[in-house]
Amino acid sequence: MNIAARDLTRAGCETISVAGMRAACDQRGVLHVPELDLLVVSDLHLEKGSSHARRGRLIPPYDTAVTLQRLAEVVEDYQPRIIVSLGDSFHDGEGAARLPEPFRASLMAMMSGREWFWIAGNHDPDAPADLPGATVRELAVGGLVFRHEPSRGHAEGEIAGHLHPCARIVQRGRSVRRRCFASDGARLIMPAFGAFTGSLNVLARAYKGMFRDGAPTAYMIGTSRVYPIAGSLLRPG
Amino acid sequence: MRWFAERGWAPRAHQLDLLASAQQGNSVLLIAPTGAGKTVAGFLPALTDLAIRPKKRPGEAHRGVHTLYISPLKALAVDIERNLGKPVDEMSLPITMETRTGDTPQHKRARQKLSPPDILLTTPEQLALLIASPDAERFFSGLRYLVLDELHSLVTSKRGHLLSLGLARLRTFVPDLQAIGLSATVAEPDELRRWLVRQGTSPSPLWGTEGRARPVARPGESPEGRGGRNDLASTPTPTLRVDPPHRGEGNAMADLITVSGGAKPEISILDSEEHVPWSGHSARYAIPDVYEAIRKHKTTLLFVNTRSQAELLFQELWRVNDDNLPIALHHGSLDVGQRRKVEKAMADNVLRAVVATSTLDLGIDWGDVDLVVHVGAPKGASRLAQRIGRANHRMDEPSRAILVPANRFEVLECRAALEANYLGAQDTPPLLDGALDVLAQHVLGCACGAPFDADELYAEVTGAAPYAELDRDSFDRVVDFVATGGYALRSYERYARIRRTKDGKWRVSNPRIAQQYRLNVGTIIEAPMLNVRYTRAKGKTGAGTAAALTLRGGPVLGKIEEYFVETLSVGDMFIFAGKVLRFEGIRENECYVSTGGAGNVLVPSYAGGKFPLSTYLAEQVRGMLADPARWKALPEQVADWLRMQQMKSILPRREDLLVETFPRGERFYMVAYPFEGRLAHQTLGMLLTRRLERMGARPLGFVATDYSLAIWALGDLGRLFKAKKPSLAELFDEDMLGDDLEAWLADSWLLKRTFRNCAVIAGLIERRFPGQEKNGRQVTVSADLIYDVLRSHEPDHILLQATRADAASGLLDVRRLAEMLSRIRGRIVHKMLDQISPLAVPVMLEIGREPVNGEANDTLLMEAADLIEEAMGSA
Repeated sequence: MNIAARDLTRAGCETISVAGMRAACDQRGVLHVPELDLLVVSDLHLEKGSSHARRGRLIPPYDTAVTLQRLAEVVEDYQPRIIVSLGDSFHDGEGAARLPEPFRASLMAMMSGREWFWIAGNHDPDAPADLPGATVRELAVGGLVFRHEPSRGHAEGEIAGHLHPCARIVQRGRSVRRRCFASDGARLIMPAFGAFTGSLNVLARAYKGMFRDGAPTAYMIGTSRVYPIAGSLLRPG
Repeated sequence: MRWFAERGWAPRAHQLDLLASAQQGNSVLLIAPTGAGKTVAGFLPALTDLAIRPKKRPGEAHRGVHTLYISPLKALAVDIERNLGKPVDEMSLPITMETRTGDTPQHKRARQKLSPPDILLTTPEQLALLIASPDAERFFSGLRYLVLDELHSLVTSKRGHLLSLGLARLRTFVPDLQAIGLSATVAEPDELRRWLVRQGTSPSPLWGTEGRARPVARPGESPEGRGGRNDLASTPTPTLRVDPPHRGEGNAMADLITVSGGAKPEISILDSEEHVPWSGHSARYAIPDVYEAIRKHKTTLLFVNTRSQAELLFQELWRVNDDNLPIALHHGSLDVGQRRKVEKAMADNVLRAVVATSTLDLGIDWGDVDLVVHVGAPKGASRLAQRIGRANHRMDEPSRAILVPANRFEVLECRAALEANYLGAQDTPPLLDGALDVLAQHVLGCACGAPFDADELYAEVTGAAPYAELDRDSFDRVVDFVATGGYALRSYERYARIRRTKDGKWRVSNPRIAQQYRLNVGTIIEAPMLNVRYTRAKGKTGAGTAAALTLRGGPVLGKIEEYFVETLSVGDMFIFAGKVLRFEGIRENECYVSTGGAGNVLVPSYAGGKFPLSTYLAEQVRGMLADPARWKALPEQVADWLRMQQMKSILPRREDLLVETFPRGERFYMVAYPFEGRLAHQTLGMLLTRRLERMGARPLGFVATDYSLAIWALGDLGRLFKAKKPSLAELFDEDMLGDDLEAWLADSWLLKRTFRNCAVIAGLIERRFPGQEKNGRQVTVSADLIYDVLRSHEPDHILLQATRADAASGLLDVRRLAEMLSRIRGRIVHKMLDQISPLAVPVMLEIGREPVNGEANDTLLMEAADLIEEAMGSA
């Protein structure tokens, strides 16, 4: 790849290295890889509101609007050549078909002029209806592999989502829990980006065996920046 | 009646009065102290009616429930079945009686529906479930009486709102249903009298809004009467204690029968030789005196305000229990089996003392208690009276009680409470308007039972006292919320839970909705709890991962709040169930512990159970401070303390607000003494620090107690106030309740917590059930996220409206703060001091003990991140 790296020092970002590739964990919940001019976003869960409504839980129908608005802001900011949506882009298989027209238009505007990859997720295994972009199970670029579900064991250079990592610390008797990027330097698990997405502690069993030293470093998302917290300081729950 | 008399039973006057009222077809409220035979009185009309009813002929269809009894506690229903069942059996009355609670097995519940008992003993939640079943109207068609026990404790909560709506529904099924309310003494009996009968207009929409003022046709006035009763209602003799119902005033009320208390209680305040501490709540200083008191009495009941205090007191008593007296512990977090054991031991009179929280407040019979000790201030005069009523369950003997203040302000408070008890003052909280989230739950429940007409349901709902003032627009918005979520963006029409059909009635759109409703019924939202389970294995010390543990489970000790457990590290010691335990780790929804030893022992703090100081007592305390003549009643060391304050600073007059400012260390302090309770002070502290921040005084933090509020800052607060930049009048101006409050509320965790509860009650999000916690986190939708999205997109949504109403009276106590700010206008007294005053010592000691308030969670993250930078050189 022969692309000039953009300036990375955006406010609130934490620059890390995954399998030797430099990347910036952005406080807004996206990962930017300057060398590839690539932006990663995971677990958008678009149309989660209407998905619940179908089953009688009438949570507010505004989640898609909020998620897309936030996404548009980071896309506008980075202007990346490639965007990877790391799976569970829609909360269910019919999500894309339910997407109201104005949202479809704003998504199309974001996609225009760039390469857009939909990684298949467990919530949305098939290509989203009536939307451009390539739907793939996984994607390998410049030594990095992008897939939805993290593979078991060590996976050098893997960027995955699915688990919605969060981390918790206790400081001065008070507990703080935040969404986070989780990485041991070899692989990285992305935080969920969607407005209604919950999270799972990086010390939970689902992460077992994924990181070299047991617990990863958690890049916890604060209100204005990302805070790197060593695995030894993290608490379960 | 003769029937009972022939069997050697001599009823008391108020029991006969109640029977007479009921036999005239009226609903009635009985207010009586504990031990007056309230429950028997409540059942008397039902028993009389049932005893003389004609025998069922063979082949006759089975009769429905005759009397429904509702109590706030499952245990109470069980207790009644035991106590009432015995005489009914002995007199071989042809009456069946059964309980129906959450613990009743499914097959028994199903059988009860087909073949109901004459008397059904149950809880408000079970009533809601019964109403939501399709055969509800048939099931209740034979209902005569509804007996509501411990009404005073039910009506002040959302449970009461749900129950009032259930009562309104029952009245639609059975228009001449009679309600019989049983209550302890309350401040406003008329509120409860209205609660028991139908309010407002007739169901006919013809009456419109004017119809509201129309007097209600009273049940029982129908000329036919009821067969077989006239011979019984022989010469009722109304006494002075019977207040006839008010008629023609628009607000219908039940009859009132009041039984005044028996012998006056003998209450004293513990006069200890020991030093009474300045602050804190443990009352450790008094342990030897309390122990002595236990030794000198047969059975002592020790009340505390919180479960943490219960655990602490229990530990301390056993530390000095050289005689090995049987002393037990009882609070709501303990394992049910453990609690039942204590209750039984208590009833069998084998215990010498029980340390208890409010779980024992209600009217269960507990054997021969001859002393009540109240550790910590009672926070309300009525609460104190009710608790003292536990001692000596016979009305003619005086109850004996000792109050043990934990600190100096509590000495004043105990003294005020004591005087109030002698004066018979009542300060039960005023009733609140019916909550909209509860109404939403009820509306869905009604639809689950049978299709409803919106006009008719509105008329029914406004017949319930808490909802009498509900406007039609709010009601319609609630119905809209139940149907499609009530959002301005109307994208959920096709997912509607209830739909209007051609006949204009709303019906449930599919059976799954009714199933969801049944799982979600009720208004009690408990903080997520973890089982506390014994294990022999030891976890790895330090902030280890639970995944590494292989723990083998032993017996369960009880339940503990998740958020407390989350702050523990493996190896931490804490007190629970009267034992020192060592934390070993969390697995699934269980907290594993082993027997602990020496070390720094933590006491879990619990979210619930902290009552704020009542308005009435606060006023009494202010009055006592202002009047040196009344200090004679106080212990010498406390009176001394007040005299010192008078010398070094001043004591505020009863209606004034004293604000002291003084420097200390590098900081400048202001201490205000509003005496309005911890919740209102916390809200005030938040708002004042915001203002001071804006005005450049650089505030750093604040701490609030029930009595006072301390704020510290880098700027010289005293000098700023003197220079009127700002003046204290500006600082305390009521306009802080406008924009400042709104802005602060936006991200307050207090409001988020309130919203979560409303959202669960209203059926927007699911309840968390044990076992589905944690690992479900990434799939469930967090209430906080919904709150954020809703607030930015639809700030006027009905659920946010409900949340704000809750917060105003609940966690934020805005209502009380508003009253205080208006009271002190023009009455703020500023005293500039060179050093801390005696009165300021208690709140200043809380600094560092209580967590400093503020929401700077990011600061904590920064500190943790900095730790790494320090250790690693750079991140």
